[in-house]
Amino acid sequence: MKTPSRTAVLAILSKDLRAEIRSRDLLSVMAIFAFLCILVFSFALELDRVAREEAISGVLWVTLVFASLLGFNRSLSQEDDQGNLDAMLLAPVSRPAIFLGKLLSNYLFTLIVALVILPLMTVIYNHNLLKGWLIVTTVLGIFGFSSIGTLLAMLTLHTRSREAMLPIAMLPVALPLLLTAARATTNILNDSPAREWLVWLQLLVAVTVIYLALCWLLSGFVLEE
Amino acid sequence: MGEKTPLIEVENLSKTFGLLPVLRGVSFGVARGETIMLLGQNGSGKSTLLRLLAGLSKPTAGFIRIGGWQLPKEAMAVRRQIGLVSHQPLLYGDLSARENLDFFGKLYGLAKAERDEAIEALLDRVGLAKRADSLARSFSRGMQQRLSIARAIMHQPDILLLDEPFTGLDQAAAERLEDLVMSAQREGRTLIMTTHQLGRAPALASRALILSRGGIAFDGNIATMSAASLGELYAELCGGAAVA
Repeated sequence: MKTPSRTAVLAILSKDLRAEIRSRDLLSVMAIFAFLCILVFSFALELDRVAREEAISGVLWVTLVFASLLGFNRSLSQEDDQGNLDAMLLAPVSRPAIFLGKLLSNYLFTLIVALVILPLMTVIYNHNLLKGWLIVTTVLGIFGFSSIGTLLAMLTLHTRSREAMLPIAMLPVALPLLLTAARATTNILNDSPAREWLVWLQLLVAVTVIYLALCWLLSGFVLEE
Repeated sequence: MGEKTPLIEVENLSKTFGLLPVLRGVSFGVARGETIMLLGQNGSGKSTLLRLLAGLSKPTAGFIRIGGWQLPKEAMAVRRQIGLVSHQPLLYGDLSARENLDFFGKLYGLAKAERDEAIEALLDRVGLAKRADSLARSFSRGMQQRLSIARAIMHQPDILLLDEPFTGLDQAAAERLEDLVMSAQREGRTLIMTTHQLGRAPALASRALILSRGGIAFDGNIATMSAASLGELYAELCGGAAVA
C-alpha cells in the first residue's frame, strides 16, 4: 500500500524547513550570494544611471537564478551525502511526491530570498520594485525555476562534478522562463500599459505550467536508477 | 503461500554498469525467518545485490520475487516489507533522533499515535531514549548505527537488509549492534547481511553466500563451521583473507 502523496509531500517539506531553521545552511548562503550579486552589479553600473535603471530587471533575475542554483545544489546534496535519498526511495512513496516535496521546499527558500532582495534592490537601485504585479511575476517565475531546477538537481546528483553540471544543464532549459519573466518585469517596472506586460505574464504562466507538468512526469524516471 | 515457498526468490540475476558486469546469473532463495550472510571481497557485488533486493536498482537481466511480488515491476508493493541498514546512516544530521524516526514513520504512512508509540519503544530498545532530542549529527558512529536500525525496523518490515553494518564500530558498539540484530532474528525477520568480519558470521547466520567474480561461489550451511574454517574456505574461493 502506497503512502498518500499529500502525507509524503508535507513530511518532506516540514523536514526540510525544520532542518533549515536549525542549520540555516541554505538560506544564509543564498541570501549572502544574492546580496553580493546586487552590490557588484550596482557598483559596475554606478557611472551610468540610465543603464543602471534599464538593467534592474536583468540584475533581479540573474541574481535570483544564480542564488537558486546554489540552493538547489545544496538542498539535493544534503539528501545524497548521508544516503538519505535512498532512504526516501525505499519508502512506499510515489516518486513524483518526493519531487514535489523537494520542489516546494526549494521554492520556499528561493521565495524567501526574493522577498528579501526586492526591498533591498528598491533601496540600492532607488527604484520601486515592490509593485503588486512585479511580486506576482517574481513568485511565478521562481516557481518555474524551482520546478526545472529541482528536477535537474536530482538528475545531476550523481554526476562527477554536479555543482558545475547543474548550471550547465539548467540555464539553456530555463531560457524561456528567464526571457518571459525578465520581459514582464521590465515592462512592469517601466509602468508600461497592462497590455504590454500582461502578454509576457500569461506566457510565463504557460511556460511554468508546462515545465511543472513535464518535471512531474519525468521525476519518476529521474529518481529511479 | 506454502511453507516451503521462499520469501525471496532470485533467479539468473545479472547487473551490469556500463560494460562492467557486477553480477552474473545469480540464483538463490531465502526462506521466511532465515538469516543469510553475504560474503565476498570489495567489488564482488554484495552491495549491488542488496540494492537490487531493496528495489533501489534495476536488474539488467533475471528476476527477483519477494513474497510473490516481482521487482522492480511491483516494487511499491514490496517496499513496506523491506528495511535497509547501510554503512551510511541514512539519517538527517540536523534532525533529532525522535524527528528522524518521525519523518520516516510518516513516509511509511504510520498514523501519529502509532508513530509516537513506535518511536518511544524503539528509542528505548536501541538505548537512545535519553538522547531522543539530541541531533543525529552529535551521535557517535555506534549510536548512529543503532538509530539507523530503529529507522529500518520502524515500519515492522519482514525483511531486513544490512550492508556492512559493523563498519567503523568499536568492539562495544559492534556487540550492541549484534544484540539488536539477534533480537530482530528472534522476532522472525528475514535477514540478509553483508560483512567483511568473518568471525561474526557463524554466530549470526546459519547460511552464507560467498560471492566471487559476480557469481555465487558458495551457498551453504556455516552454523557448524568455526571462524577459522570459514576463513580458509573464503580465502580459497576469493583468493584473499577477510577480517576475522
